Amino acid sequence: MANSELRLGRIRPAPENFLSDEQIQSVKEGRRDFLRKAFLGASAAMAVPAMARAAGPGDPAILNLPAWTTSLGLPVAANPYGMPSKYERGLVRRESPGLTRVGGSSVAFTPLQGLFGIITPSGLHFERHHQGWHDVDPSQHRLMINGMVKTNAVFTMDDLMRLPSVSRIHFIECGANTGMEWGNVAVPTVQYSHGMLSCSEFTGVPLKAILDMCGADYKKGRFILAEGADGSSMTRTIPMEMVESGEVLVAYGMNGEMLRPENGYPLRLVVPGVQGVSWVKWLRRIEVGDKPWGAKDEAVHYIDLMPDGLHRQYSSVQECKSVITTPSGGQILLDKGFYNISGMAWSGRGKVTRVDVSVDGGINWRPARLETPVLSKAVTRFNVDWVWDGKPAILQSRAVDETGYVQPSYGQLRAVRGTKSIYHNNAIQSWKVVESGEVSNVQVL
Amino acid sequence: MSRFSKTLMALFVGGATMAALAPAMAFDRYQGIGRPATASEVKAWDIDVRPDFVGLPKGRGTVDQGVELWETHCASCHGAFGESNEVFTPIVGGTTQDDIKTGRVKALVTGDAPQRSTLMKVPTVSTLFDYIQRAMPWTAPKSLKPDEVYAILAYILNLADVVPADFELSDENIREVQERMPNRNGMTTDHGMWPGAGAAKGGIGNGGKPDVKNVACMKDCKKEVQIVSALPDYAQDAHGNLAEQNRPVGQTRGKQTGTPAEQKGDAAPSAAAATLALANEKGCMACHGVSNKIVGPGYNEILAKYKGQTDAEAKLIAKVKAGGQGVWGAVPMPPQGHVKDEEIKQLVQWILEGAKAQ
Ligand code: HEC
Ligand code: HEC
Repeated sequence: MANSELRLGRIRPAPENFLSDEQIQSVKEGRRDFLRKAFLGASAAMAVPAMARAAGPGDPAILNLPAWTTSLGLPVAANPYGMPSKYERGLVRRESPGLTRVGGSSVAFTPLQGLFGIITPSGLHFERHHQGWHDVDPSQHRLMINGMVKTNAVFTMDDLMRLPSVSRIHFIECGANTGMEWGNVAVPTVQYSHGMLSCSEFTGVPLKAILDMCGADYKKGRFILAEGADGSSMTRTIPMEMVESGEVLVAYGMNGEMLRPENGYPLRLVVPGVQGVSWVKWLRRIEVGDKPWGAKDEAVHYIDLMPDGLHRQYSSVQECKSVITTPSGGQILLDKGFYNISGMAWSGRGKVTRVDVSVDGGINWRPARLETPVLSKAVTRFNVDWVWDGKPAILQSRAVDETGYVQPSYGQLRAVRGTKSIYHNNAIQSWKVVESGEVSNVQVL
Repeated sequence: MSRFSKTLMALFVGGATMAALAPAMAFDRYQGIGRPATASEVKAWDIDVRPDFVGLPKGRGTVDQGVELWETHCASCHGAFGESNEVFTPIVGGTTQDDIKTGRVKALVTGDAPQRSTLMKVPTVSTLFDYIQRAMPWTAPKSLKPDEVYAILAYILNLADVVPADFELSDENIREVQERMPNRNGMTTDHGMWPGAGAAKGGIGNGGKPDVKNVACMKDCKKEVQIVSALPDYAQDAHGNLAEQNRPVGQTRGKQTGTPAEQKGDAAPSAAAATLALANEKGCMACHGVSNKIVGPGYNEILAKYKGQTDAEAKLIAKVKAGGQGVWGAVPMPPQGHVKDEEIKQLVQWILEGAKAQ
């Protein structure tokens, strides 16, 4: 902490959340302490390192009482539906420029770089639509069950919400998450590299209960088709084994409230551990059948191209994966010293049992702390202590799930699957830290 | 009973006969919940077509009919020959006569095709029928009749030389067409990523066996670390200012990238950003790009055309409201009646001010 005294006379005013070119230059020259000085000027309370010793009379953020301490605040219900602080406005869903051509068939990524714990705030849940989204009138929404059942049936939302409900925490990850990175580094931050991942508490009815009511033919009907009510009426085939296990839910609730329209209000399918495309939104119909359907999103997309030119069809499970979210690409470390490396780990095959972290690009590894709760097919938060000595480093995390499967390296994945499969990239992510404190996205085999 | 609305009552009355059709429903456990579906209801929604053609409606359509329907309903987004890259990846291209013989698209192995078109990938012709019938045209899904779907599909297949120009596709000959699909043998299910029973037990795949195996080595796992890829220069600034995509407090800050942001302090999103959001919400952006043509002209083209014309605003407001064609080509803009007058005004003004994002 050599430079930690506050030299108040030399404070340079600066905006609190970005660095000027001049400041970046001074970082590159190794003058890292500028940061705290710069931040002090604009909003000292935010950025003073805790251990900084005050020179002179002390910290102006303490000495000069701020407006919020010396005036009346806003009344209750000023925001009838609460919103995040204005200082959090940078953490929003974003599109990756050039990835798609039209907003109605596109992706908006979750800002993982700013999230804590395991739950994704509903307003930040990633979005993927194929034909735009609608705010569906719940009183006009119906769920139909047909096919290999004794009775084709119709349920209203009133019906479904009267049935015994369960609430479960699960991750949902798009099969194409990290897809842009199969061949090489393509995007700067974890929002764009891993942000088609969210984790929520879903409330609804096990589909099994509904199929039981309709007298499903479980002997012959080993597949179900799920279909949405939007323009795309997206369809996906799901194995009956998953339905029978009770884990597939017809869900209306998300994080204590109804699903958000972008996430399928008022009804979506929850298929734990399976890629997001199967979690059909605006769910309107379930058909029981004896063969898979070969729908557009299982015969043209969500098929993984292998080096021999064959596509893998019906690949659905999201295998064990993890990523460090802080520090991560596009960020800058404030100074040498202590950091809490934090990240997320998940597996479509069950619980995460272990996460190891390396700061030397994978030569040596240390076990991270798994924070509770550790749930099956949910995001698990991991943390590990790190004292940065100011030297270059490469941060990696590697998750292991309860089946014993160890998250693979890029080299291992590419050896089997090549670089063109688009889907199911669960490789170990590397973040390079350079002396200036700048963190960037790199790939290590 | 007073708490039941009229519609519910009507349903219940109707329900009496419906229930009689199929008394087998297990109401016993969850009494009063759900009701049997009528045959017409199932017919209205169950439109899926499987690879074995279960669900395929009867019907027929010729390539010639398909050409016209394609021009009217599809060409604006997918190009006259299904080759367009503007709105989505091309539908046709990259397949050969030889592929039709073998059922394996060679360009998928050699990597020769610049992009993977739909026909290079799709193994099953049923998939195309099912999808066009349920989802296309993109802005008016489920508007095509079965015969029209047959005709359009015949045209697409003709573009790829799967069927000849004088072909009539029907529910009777579609199985023969399946035998000519260029990538019909191009799929494998030999993997461990199907979440149900494996093929040996009537399901799909190898029963969940992973294809890669890593071990959790902890010490001296390799000699050296080789960085094989880093963010290319052209991508450094492509995602906007990363400083503004991170929190202003915490362990880290975001890196300043792109053009330095104005120091706007706590200003709310600008009026321009709000109008862009409105344009997205109202569906304008599905057909117009800020600087590129999609179905309709790019906003930059509209600005260039009407710049300095004092009556442009009023004229364009009326046009957007009523829709119309002929100024930019034969493709019409549908009437935008779902958008309020003052919102149309706001949108047109925004276009005439350069359709800025900030
Ligand atoms: C307004 C633009 C628009 C029009 C008009 C349109 N499409 Fe599309 N089409 C799209 C978009 C966007 C997609 C991709 C949808 C998605 O992401 O799921 C698409 C996807 C498709 C696909 C699947 C391609 C693939 O590889 O996934 C087919 C086939 C198709 N359209 C056929 C048609 C036909 C036939 C018509 C006319 C009846 C038509 N389209 C009209 C925009 C359009
Ligand atoms: C389904 C596609 C579609 C949608 C949706 C759409 N447009 Fe258009 N728009 C077009 C086409 C096609 C034209 C060209 C019409 C012509 O040639 O006269 C056009 C033309 C225009 C013009 C120029 C008119 C002229 O006479 O030069 C404006 C301005 C415009 N659109 C604004 C909008 C706005 C604002 C919205 C959203 C409220 C919107 N459009 C939605 C397809 C669309």
